[in-house]
Amino acid sequence: MATAAQAYDRTDTAGQDAYERAFDAAVAADERIEPRDWMPDAYRATLVRQIAQHAHSEIIGMQPEANWITRAPSLRRKAILMAKVQDEAGHGLYLYSAAETLGTGRDELLDKLHSGRQKYSSIFNYPTLTWADVGAIGWLVDGAAITNQVPLCRCSYGPYARAMVRICKEESFHQRQGYELLLALSKGTPVQQAMAQDAVDRWWWPSLMMFGPPDDESSHSAQSMAWKIKRHSNDELRQRFVDICVPQAESLGLTLPDPDLKWNEERGQHDFGPIDWTEFWDVLKGNGPCNEQRITQRRRAHEEGAWVREAAAAHAAKHGNGTGEQQA
Amino acid sequence: MTNTDWPLWEVFVRSRRGLSHTHAGSLHAPDAELALRNARDLYTRRGEGVSIWVVPSAAITASSPDEKDPFFEPAADKPYRHPTFYEIPEGVKHL
Amino acid sequence: MTADVTLDATTRTAALALGDDALVLSHRLGEWAGHAPVLEEEVALANIALDLLGQARVLLSMVGDEDELAYLREERAFRNLQLVEQPNGDFAHTIARQLFFSTYQHLLYAELAAGEGPFAPLAAKAVKEVAYHRDHAEQWTLRLGDGTDESRERMLRACTALWRFTGDMFQPVTGLDVDGAALEAAWLTSVTAVLDRATLTVPEGPRTGAWTAGAGRQGLHTESFGRMLAEMQHLHRSHPGASW
Repeated sequence: MATAAQAYDRTDTAGQDAYERAFDAAVAADERIEPRDWMPDAYRATLVRQIAQHAHSEIIGMQPEANWITRAPSLRRKAILMAKVQDEAGHGLYLYSAAETLGTGRDELLDKLHSGRQKYSSIFNYPTLTWADVGAIGWLVDGAAITNQVPLCRCSYGPYARAMVRICKEESFHQRQGYELLLALSKGTPVQQAMAQDAVDRWWWPSLMMFGPPDDESSHSAQSMAWKIKRHSNDELRQRFVDICVPQAESLGLTLPDPDLKWNEERGQHDFGPIDWTEFWDVLKGNGPCNEQRITQRRRAHEEGAWVREAAAAHAAKHGNGTGEQQA
Repeated sequence: MTNTDWPLWEVFVRSRRGLSHTHAGSLHAPDAELALRNARDLYTRRGEGVSIWVVPSAAITASSPDEKDPFFEPAADKPYRHPTFYEIPEGVKHL
Repeated sequence: MTADVTLDATTRTAALALGDDALVLSHRLGEWAGHAPVLEEEVALANIALDLLGQARVLLSMVGDEDELAYLREERAFRNLQLVEQPNGDFAHTIARQLFFSTYQHLLYAELAAGEGPFAPLAAKAVKEVAYHRDHAEQWTLRLGDGTDESRERMLRACTALWRFTGDMFQPVTGLDVDGAALEAAWLTSVTAVLDRATLTVPEGPRTGAWTAGAGRQGLHTESFGRMLAEMQHLHRSHPGASW
């Protein structure tokens, strides 16, 4: 199979300068880079790493929410939650496809996930302890994800940008359902209100960590911004998210767990308290409450599914691949 | 064959009658029939399509970026293929 | 959603039976989320589960409040087939369960859709969804049956294990005006054809037993069902009267 990686002959160093100039010019002109275009190796590697991490986050992110599908307290909520978790599997697939255009197959990326060589978003290493956590994930975690993702729709790499357009469109209901879920709880019985507040207390800080380390400690940020893979810095996006959340929390009648959170007239933004980066790095290194559990479940699903994938491949080999109806 | 790496397929979706099939993305499937069904589940679960094509990615021959100039420049050179090339006196309709 | 009081008692009994089938199978399929053998199947199984849940909500709402019915009935009040409550097992068990049930549901809904009874509008919509469920089950039965030695072995085991629950589907259901014998004959023909193509044998064991003949429809279930309901109902029951 001719992959994008093979389309360009890397040994041709003489032509490389011209290619590099063409690439730089395309990025500068805000054009999209497409799979078979020449691109610097580091650009390709950065994209593969970022898209893979994003894809892994989608499929690991199914677990904390799927944890509540069988216990959803109304049939309406159950349908919404199932559809949402299904979307996450779909989004994982879109993203693995985008990574595949860079010459790295899904199996290879899954191997790296399963063996711990590639990461997923640390947020999914926190447990969903009550039903309200499903709401807090929708409102805060998806809210933070959307804040991160909307600028990615203009990312310089075409297939990634296109995947993000589709994902953002589909995710618009994810955040709203979470907000609505929390609203129902905060208008509910005292026990339900307490459940909602407890969930927000636990998810607020990890959500702020989702934007990544502060700009002065972020190792990949500057280059990614120059390549227009990233459009805004971690701190910029984090600030934007905080400013969006404050009035939303007020409407919910819930408190954000930060005594330092207040409007700064001069900056025209909210000030907020210090983030516990020790916790962030600790969870990232594998010491979060659910790291082991999440990766074990993922690995088990993959291993237990091996015979199914083998069977289908064997059947295709016996009966001729690519035959049969191709239109519907 | 005990290979579990299912081949890659490109998916084209006709979003409604009257439009052509457009590339929607790709997916893995062991064979054409499952590729079609996976495509239906993945790319049309919000009613985005009325018809789907799946094509093995390996079967696609693409123009290479190196051929960009010889492939596409001659076309850029033939403005007479485009209707705006022709001047029509004002007031003449249905042309 | 509130009950349609114009429906007579027998129609409501039938709605409960069909609604419980869809609700319980949807729940079982929902248990696959995050555990499917390949990502594409996460999406496919969830699609089927969502279709069934949608059907269940319409059917239960013909009888009363959907949530009261789903969350506040005891095990013995559920009218679903024992087949749909069987645990997922491995992927082969899930596919065999899907093949047996969706073939039945497709035949049944096609007949209901063609008639003029109270289920015709629902069945007309659902029969298209179910046709896809049946096709999904058939495609996978073919691949697992005629795939590797291991997959064939697993598929044979699954068909055999679930076979004894299949006779239950053709017992008369109060309020459903269908010819059970004709339905059963059509079901057997269809399932046999798929199993043949999949190089699988049709199981030989009895299709009804002391506990299975019409038992689910009378509220007699298997042990795992109580545990499934405990999980499903726990949160709702812990907060009496709460809105979600």
